[in-house]
Amino acid sequence: MTNDKIQYILQLADNSLIHGHRLSEWCGHGPILEVDMALTNIALDNIGAARSFYQYAAELEGQCKTEDSYPYERDILEFRNVLLLELPNGEFSDTLMKCFFFDAFQFHFYTALQKSTDERIASIATKSLKEVTYHLRFSSEWVIRLGDGTAESKQKMQAAIADFWTYTGELFDASAAEKAMMSEGVAVDPASLRPLWEKTIADTFEEATLSYPIQKDGAWFQKGGKTGIHTEYIGFILAEMQYMQKSYPGLEW
Amino acid sequence: MLTKEIILNYLEAVTDPEIPVLTIQDMGIIRDIKILGEDAVEIFITPTYSGCPAMSAIATNIRLELISRGVSNVKISEQLSPAWTTDWMSEAGKTKLNAYGIAPPQYRTKQNPENEQDVVVPCPLCNSTNTTLLSQFGSTACKALYKCKDCLEPFDYFKCH
Repeated sequence: MTNDKIQYILQLADNSLIHGHRLSEWCGHGPILEVDMALTNIALDNIGAARSFYQYAAELEGQCKTEDSYPYERDILEFRNVLLLELPNGEFSDTLMKCFFFDAFQFHFYTALQKSTDERIASIATKSLKEVTYHLRFSSEWVIRLGDGTAESKQKMQAAIADFWTYTGELFDASAAEKAMMSEGVAVDPASLRPLWEKTIADTFEEATLSYPIQKDGAWFQKGGKTGIHTEYIGFILAEMQYMQKSYPGLEW
Repeated sequence: MLTKEIILNYLEAVTDPEIPVLTIQDMGIIRDIKILGEDAVEIFITPTYSGCPAMSAIATNIRLELISRGVSNVKISEQLSPAWTTDWMSEAGKTKLNAYGIAPPQYRTKQNPENEQDVVVPCPLCNSTNTTLLSQFGSTACKALYKCKDCLEPFDYFKCH
């Protein structure tokens, strides 16, 4: 039972960490200074949320675990983030679309998670929700600006929807740990968030004059991240992120 | 004999590393103080933003300040709930922020306006209300970037959070 809770917390932490890590790659590469700062601020918020979750997991697990044990000492198969977040950043339009899909999910997810029966998880959710509200405002404004922009910007946003849509389904599949924690009121049923998420997507895309696939029951989506079956891309992320700890185990600043 | 008041008094010397005119009490970061013994205290602090790198520097500075005052046993605990809000910033703190060149939070979060972009943020340099938002994300997580259309200077705005 504790194990399921730790797995659930790590799943949430891994999503925030991998998303934050990908966004940090934009540091110094943003199209304009303000966007560069926005993306790195959002990266920082995500890594901060990941730390809060990793710290809690380490306390529950004991055995000399620290918040650093999970990002630095686990291998690919132990990471539980959804595939969407480990995909390469691509162009600015691609990163934005990834952000928008995930921010819209996180907004509704944290809203519901505030009612978790686990007080610590609920308090992290309340704190993170305030930050995700900014993230969603940023990504949806850009989706609207570029979607309802020039022919070229619209085409790029439309291409990004086509590329990432198939990775959005996994957000709403419950993992084994998630199901176990749902029965105790600790976790949120991700499937219950789907109508809320679709409404946010539909409203924003309408304003952005963008089209997107109509949702059908039983439609096929990419999945695997929540069970540890990843794309090749996460290997490159971990190779860079874990290099120092693998070369000098236990190194501290 | 240590008391909460004495500790609070000592902590007046600890400032935010990013905004040195604000003490951590002006920021509303100190949530509680427990006296554990003759030279032992537990300080409860709350993070402003989840990823704010200033938090570990603040914890270190609290420890160093209290040790220098003879309080050798300092435990610092993080308290996440209730989540930090700019509503806890003191009025004195807001005045100091403005004088430092950073526009202070303009409303209480309980009275969230319909659209945050409609909030008028006066320029801390010339007091003009003819200002415009450049970016919701500024030099640190807690700030947005504005520009004054009268004196033409860009300035930081401490976001309502």
